[in-house]
Amino acid sequence: MDAIVNQSRRTFLKAGAATGGGLMISFCIPGAAEAAAGPAKFNAFVTIGTDGRVTFVTGQVEMGQAVHNALAMLVAEELEVEFRQVRVVQGGIDSAFGNPRYIGFKAVGGFQATGGSSSVRNVGVPVRRAGAAARYMLVAAAADKMKVSRLECVAENGMVIHQPSGRKVAYGAVANAAAKLVAPDNPVLKRPSEFKLIGKSTPRHNTPLKVNGTAIYGLDYKRKGMLTAVVARCPVFGGKVKSFNADPALKVKGVRKVVQVGSGIAVVADNFWAAKKGRDALEVAWDEGAVAKVNTPELFRQWAELAKQPTAAERLKTGDVGAALAGGAKRIEAVYEIPFLAHTCMEPMNATAHFKGDSVEIWAPTQAQSWNAHYVSQLTGLPPSAITIHATLLGGGFGRRLESDFAVEAVEVSKAAGGVPVKVVWTREEDVQHDFYRPASYNALSAALDANGMPTAWKHRIVGASILNYFKTFGHFLRKDGMDPTSVQGAGDYFPYDIPNVLVDFINHDAGVPAGFWRSVGNSQNGFIMESFIDELAHAAGKDPYQYRRQLLGKPHAARLRGALDLVAEKAGWGKPLPTGVHRGIAAHFAYGGYCAQVAEVSVAGDGNVKVHRVVAVIDSGWVVNPDTVEQQIESAIVYGLTAALYGDITIKNGRVEQSNFHDYKPLRISEMPKVEVHIWQGEGEQGGMGEPGTPPIAPAVCNAIFAATGKRVRKLPIKPELLRA
Amino acid sequence: MIAITVNGRTHRVDVDSDTPLLWVLRDTLGLTGTKFGCGMAVCGACTVHINGEPVRSCVTQVSKVAGGKITTIEGLSRDSSHPLQKAWIAGEVPQCGYCHSGQIMSAAALLAKNRNPSDTDIDAAMSGNVCRCGDYNRIRKAIHAAAKMTKKGA
Repeated sequence: MDAIVNQSRRTFLKAGAATGGGLMISFCIPGAAEAAAGPAKFNAFVTIGTDGRVTFVTGQVEMGQAVHNALAMLVAEELEVEFRQVRVVQGGIDSAFGNPRYIGFKAVGGFQATGGSSSVRNVGVPVRRAGAAARYMLVAAAADKMKVSRLECVAENGMVIHQPSGRKVAYGAVANAAAKLVAPDNPVLKRPSEFKLIGKSTPRHNTPLKVNGTAIYGLDYKRKGMLTAVVARCPVFGGKVKSFNADPALKVKGVRKVVQVGSGIAVVADNFWAAKKGRDALEVAWDEGAVAKVNTPELFRQWAELAKQPTAAERLKTGDVGAALAGGAKRIEAVYEIPFLAHTCMEPMNATAHFKGDSVEIWAPTQAQSWNAHYVSQLTGLPPSAITIHATLLGGGFGRRLESDFAVEAVEVSKAAGGVPVKVVWTREEDVQHDFYRPASYNALSAALDANGMPTAWKHRIVGASILNYFKTFGHFLRKDGMDPTSVQGAGDYFPYDIPNVLVDFINHDAGVPAGFWRSVGNSQNGFIMESFIDELAHAAGKDPYQYRRQLLGKPHAARLRGALDLVAEKAGWGKPLPTGVHRGIAAHFAYGGYCAQVAEVSVAGDGNVKVHRVVAVIDSGWVVNPDTVEQQIESAIVYGLTAALYGDITIKNGRVEQSNFHDYKPLRISEMPKVEVHIWQGEGEQGGMGEPGTPPIAPAVCNAIFAATGKRVRKLPIKPELLRA
Repeated sequence: MIAITVNGRTHRVDVDSDTPLLWVLRDTLGLTGTKFGCGMAVCGACTVHINGEPVRSCVTQVSKVAGGKITTIEGLSRDSSHPLQKAWIAGEVPQCGYCHSGQIMSAAALLAKNRNPSDTDIDAAMSGNVCRCGDYNRIRKAIHAAAKMTKKGA
């Protein structure tokens, strides 16, 4: 920033001259600066150059969700420039970029993260305000230049037009003059009826880079003098190095160093292949520790015992479930078992770090720059100001890259290797076997129905792993009774059905298998359980599963979910005939601000194999910035959830993950891809997220269709064809 | 020293003969468009052409391809003008984009042999390419669009 700074007193906007000329609008996302220690910083900005080019710097990262596009569209809309005039630049780490959704977490200084389907919801308005403020100042500067009233001027397509005379001034010509003005206190944002760009499908900036190999992901990052490392990790979670012999690794051509770090032994070499050969040649003896005794089948047996405890940490309690269960006309009970899941982003974990003694620089595909910096600061003792993080493009995120292990490890390796820049590359096997898994759980459900078949009681006890046991910056949010809000998310935080007596509780049991955030988090498993069990109740009552749900969604807080359900039933032709052997299942769930309902059309072959033919989805997440990318997000969320429902199973044997790569941890492939129809409902409701709400409904919609096809209820994921054979 | 011809240029590379072609492309030649996804030929992210055939470069030893004509995503066209690249852009196919070098190379090998592939042909040619973002329907549509473009251009 140059010396000229005109800061509005009451807002978080300020204007100034950009280095190299032009207008720079800086803004602070409300709350972020308050949460951060020290004075507010203004380092998130929109710049209008004297050539009229607009540069938008964002702290949010791009992992395929097109957030860079969506935010640039918001800037272009308010600024009145063509979308293609806006250049998006990935910003570094800065408290000004702190995600206000998480400002409650003051212990970590407010933080910068891209997750929880939160970007547009949270930074959308501040970004629009920056655009609107810049437009206001450019109009004022142009009016001064033309010596006319600014009330007679309008902005359009990067120009200020004096309407009575038709005279025009380009933004670039008044960018310097505008920089001397005071930013408006409260720039007026456009009304939705005035939107030219918001709500229209707009192509991404970076698609051309993704079709010719020039897009740079973390794994593609290169730096002079950079070495590559591959790490030998204990196959058992929590295991430690007992002893190691580096000699066989050092004999491999290209291997430079072998160093011990927290995660194991790193082999540092000239290139990946040498590092990997060195790693494979290394002799390491491990102290496997206590987790070596953990096996998945025993874990579920243990959890089944724990579930019998009289009490647990309560998340939702209304009425008297005990009495209602005892007094119902009919009682239904079921157990649902949910497996651990890995994320398997297409780009395996990696990070490049350069430890320079008094500072450290990191280049990484990360969703969570602030958390990375927090842990790197803890590791190195360096102040956060000495830590620079450059986020690259992410080859998928899905919550895996909210963790900091890969970034911290790269810093450790760089430091141990003598302060040279090192890229640590994880093989796919490491990626699968050293993840933070979607928590497995054992779920005991019971319900009572009245004489009309309607539920009077609903009890859901969840026993299982907890993310917050592992996510230590969140550790203080784990309640003393062991309640982890992420474990009951989608089961007890938003309960849409009108049932008078409800109890949702949780027993936290840490088996030593790391747990983490997986697209839609608790909703991904609890949505499956809720929407399967409600289907069970409908069938027990002898009622249509769509109408049964509908009847129970009468409370005002459930109106948007009912709206989505109604629309999906209509669009899918619920109740209309289907080809022989094809059956429908329905499900609806709220997650991360989005109400999503889906109908799946499924057939089950004689050998039990499941084919999903078509999925119809309705999403109501309020107003939409870019419909095309919303459609992609919902389709993507469906594929992610469908992959898990059909195949996703991480099993533990002697403390080790049994799966290792895409051959035994299978992804959905093109030949299995259903037709997907996405209907976007743009209601008046509060804006919600887009990345995650599409995942929870797919597994129950498919399993409810399987029930319709076979009469067999899937209560344990993934779906096992051998249990569905005719 | 091993001599390999990549995108029309011959390079002499000083690497172990067992080095997979993928890592020679990425680490030695700096051609990072070809991606590492699995290391065992089950995801297709590393797909390149050798004499026009789609090959998983992560399991192909460099010594076995000396003398072959290797094409990577960087060499598919000089200016992103291959019909598939155009169709990919027009159809807004990629999300994260990481798998798409491999997707496009597999599709290009298919179209080179079969100018009008059916959905079944696409399933057969493309099932080795994983996309975790779930871009499959757009990939299918873009391959059909590119086939149409090629026909018109012919």
